[in-house]
Amino acid sequence: MSPRQDRHMPHDHSDHEHAHALLPSDPALRVKALETILTRKGLVDPAALDEVIDTYENRVGPKNGADVVARAWSDEGFRAALAVDATEVMRELGYYGRQGEHIVCTECTPSVHHMVVCTLCSCYPWSLLGIPPGWYKSDAYRSRAVREPRKVLAEFGVALPPETSVRVWDSTAEIRYLVIPLRPAGTEGMSVEELAKLVTRDSMIGTGLARVPE
Amino acid sequence: MSRVHDMGGRFGDGPVIPEPEDAPVFHKDWHARALAVTLAAGALGKWNIDTSRHARECVGNTDYARFSYYEKWIAALTDLLVATDLVSRDDLRASNPDQQPLSDKAMTADKVAAVLGKGGPADRDSDIPARFVAGDTVLTRRPADNRLVDGGHTRLPAYAAGARGRVLMLHGSHVLPDSNAHGLGEAPEPLYAVVFPAAELWAAPEHPGDEVVLDLWQSYLEPA
Repeated sequence: MSPRQDRHMPHDHSDHEHAHALLPSDPALRVKALETILTRKGLVDPAALDEVIDTYENRVGPKNGADVVARAWSDEGFRAALAVDATEVMRELGYYGRQGEHIVCTECTPSVHHMVVCTLCSCYPWSLLGIPPGWYKSDAYRSRAVREPRKVLAEFGVALPPETSVRVWDSTAEIRYLVIPLRPAGTEGMSVEELAKLVTRDSMIGTGLARVPE
Repeated sequence: MSRVHDMGGRFGDGPVIPEPEDAPVFHKDWHARALAVTLAAGALGKWNIDTSRHARECVGNTDYARFSYYEKWIAALTDLLVATDLVSRDDLRASNPDQQPLSDKAMTADKVAAVLGKGGPADRDSDIPARFVAGDTVLTRRPADNRLVDGGHTRLPAYAAGARGRVLMLHGSHVLPDSNAHGLGEAPEPLYAVVFPAAELWAAPEHPGDEVVLDLWQSYLEPA
C-alpha cells in the first residue's frame, strides 16, 4: 500500500487521520523516519538505542531464567525463598529489571503443567527471558493458548499424560510468571551450571520441557 | 467491547509456528530500532505503560490486524508523540525538523543500564482494603468494559467476563490500568490471581482438569 492510500484509510473513532498514517508505509522506512525526527528534535540519543539493543541481544536473555531454574532444582532453600518472594530473590541475583518488576515462579509437577501467555498484548518476563520470540507475540498463540493449550503444546512437540492438568497463566497485570519445568531424570549430581544448559527458553514459558541429558 | 487486541479464545488464527531456541532476538534491524526507540521515547516520561498499551489498542482495527508486531509499536508511538506534542504532524510529513540540542530529559547511553534495571514497578500503597482472601469464590464483572471511560482500556479479557473463579493469591495493591491509561490517576487497589476451570470459560474444554489463571483487580470482581 502506498503512503498516499494509507493516509486516506478510514478510522472508526477519530475525526482525523491517525498520526502514524503520515509516515512512510514501509516499516523499515517508518522506523527510520521516526528515529530521525526524534534525534533531530533532541529527544532521542542514537547511542542509547544501540545500548538498548545490545542489552537485549547480548546481556539480558534466557540464561538468567535458566540459572534461576537450575538453582531451584538444586537447592530446597532457594526454592522456598522463591515461593516466599521471588522478586526479592531476583534482586539478589541481579535479575530484577524492566518487565521483571514483580516475579512469580510456577513450578511444574507430575500432576500440573504450567504455561504462560498474554492474550491482551505480549507481557513477558524480559529480565529473565529477554525479548519474547515471535510466536509468543503471534495472534495464534495469544488466541489459542487459553482455549486449547494441549493442541498448542502438540505444535511444540509436547504431549502431556492424561493425569497431568494444564494451568495457563494469562499475564493480564504487571506480574511476570516464570515456569519452573520438571527436572529431567538422569540429572542427579549435576552442577547448577550443567543443569542450566538443559533449561530451554520454551520450557520456562511452558511450551517445552527441559532437555534430557545425552 | 471488544477491541481487536482482546484475542483470548478467538478461533481462526491457524497454527503456532515455533522458533529455534537460538533464533536471532530481532529478525530484522528495524525491529531492534523500533523497540529501542520506543523505550527511549518512553523514558521521556510523558506517558505510562498503561497509556502506551492503550495507544497500541487504538491504532485502528484494520491497522492492528494487518500490522506486524513492531509496526504496531511504531504506529502507537507515533500517535502518542503527536498526542503529547513532542512531535507535530508537520514534523511527520517532512521528516526533517531542525536539529536541536539533546534534551536533558533524553535517555543517554550511559543511563540505559540504570533505566532498564530500575524498571517501573506497579505496586503501591492503597487505602482500599483487600476484600477477598485465597480460596474465596468470585465472579468477574460482565461486560468486560472500562467503568471509568466509555470504550477505555481494561485488563479484563472478554473471554473471562461473568465467570466464576477462585482466588489463588493476593499480589498486593497495584496501579489500576483502567484509570492510569486515561490520565485519571494510579488509583491502586488490591490485585489477585484468580483461577478458573476451563469448563467455566469454554463450551468444549480440552481436559476436565485444565485451568486458566488471570490477574484481576478487586473492582473487576464480586463475591460469588
